[in-house]
Amino acid sequence: MFVLVEMVDTVRIPPWQFERKLNDSIAEELNKKLANKSSSTGVPCLRQCPSAFKMGIPALWRGRCESQERLPGELGLGVTWRVHGHTQVVYNVGLCICLFDITKLEDAYVFPGDGASHTKVHFRYVVFHPFLDEILIGKIKGCSPEGVHVSLGFFDDILIPPESLQQPAKFDEAEQVWVWEYETEEGAHDLYMDIGEEVRFRVVDESFVDTSPTGPSSAEATSSSEELPKKAAPYTLMGSISEPGLGLLSWWTSS
Amino acid sequence: MDGRLPKDANAALLSNYEVFQLLTDLKEQRKESGKNKHSSGQQNLNTITYETLKYISKTPCRHQSPEIVREFLTAMKSHKLTKAEKLQLLNHRPVTAVEIQLMVEESEERLTEEQIEALLHTVTSILPPGPEAEQQQSASDDVAMDEEDPA
Repeated sequence: MFVLVEMVDTVRIPPWQFERKLNDSIAEELNKKLANKSSSTGVPCLRQCPSAFKMGIPALWRGRCESQERLPGELGLGVTWRVHGHTQVVYNVGLCICLFDITKLEDAYVFPGDGASHTKVHFRYVVFHPFLDEILIGKIKGCSPEGVHVSLGFFDDILIPPESLQQPAKFDEAEQVWVWEYETEEGAHDLYMDIGEEVRFRVVDESFVDTSPTGPSSAEATSSSEELPKKAAPYTLMGSISEPGLGLLSWWTSS
Repeated sequence: MDGRLPKDANAALLSNYEVFQLLTDLKEQRKESGKNKHSSGQQNLNTITYETLKYISKTPCRHQSPEIVREFLTAMKSHKLTKAEKLQLLNHRPVTAVEIQLMVEESEERLTEEQIEALLHTVTSILPPGPEAEQQQSASDDVAMDEEDPA
């Protein structure tokens, strides 16, 4: 479920950090920018187009970006990150966990008017990005008419829609829980998908949504660090449990 | 040179064990260096590494080691599985044929019953059980199963 992604970025180190080892400052900056942030699908074409690191321009990230452009108002050539919030779309790879290593440091530059150094860094980041059809185990967070919500603790946005449950399934409105109406010779046996239960599921789809601010006309708040109820998660997984062996672990173990 | 995906996307796959090692080492390092851990910029890193480590510590990778992983991969050579399939076996340590069938694509066509048994044997003999499995073992002794198991 984890992958190593090669990335390139220009890291800005302010002068008061110059006494520290460059690698340490860079590692810290990269983790500050990327850790715990999700991104939409796309390509690590960023090796060749650092300007794609601009926030709020996801369209660029899907294709190839051959030119490097200066950000208006920025003096540096490299693209500096502008962090807008915690669940910001970064670029298209998955949920960033932590820095793996730095593979190359190019020369550091100091630009007129800005005392900080800018270093182009080639590095590898550990990213949570399960592959299609991968089997994962998670805990049921809750049920709603939309389906069963599953969490891995560090990643919360997994949904198993009603059509991907073991059939026949029904939603118990009173208890707000999905139930597998398992047929036996004795008749239907109701198996409840309760909160906290461990469930084995298959990843069948993923979706990436650009959650960067859209501008002054947007009615969304920008300062909240928690997911707002109406705001879509930047990275969501769709699961399925409609095969033998999938679903609650307790359904398939024999004592 | 054009921007492109790594040629072999599979080359970038990491096993849970590798991530477990990495996060454990990172935790040690940060404990030793102390001062910057609680600055606001590091909060995200703290949260994600804590939660991820918590999750994978409950999986079979918890008791794995580089030697075990190497032994496992060597033993896997004869079974002709893809990298992704071997990775799932390594991460999950399946103990039933049903689990093998979930993780190996088109297993009915590629593996006979005997081969599945052999695979299960390789997996369970080389890979140590995870912490959850050990818990289940002791718990199942005193929990009465009141539901019929779906066959």
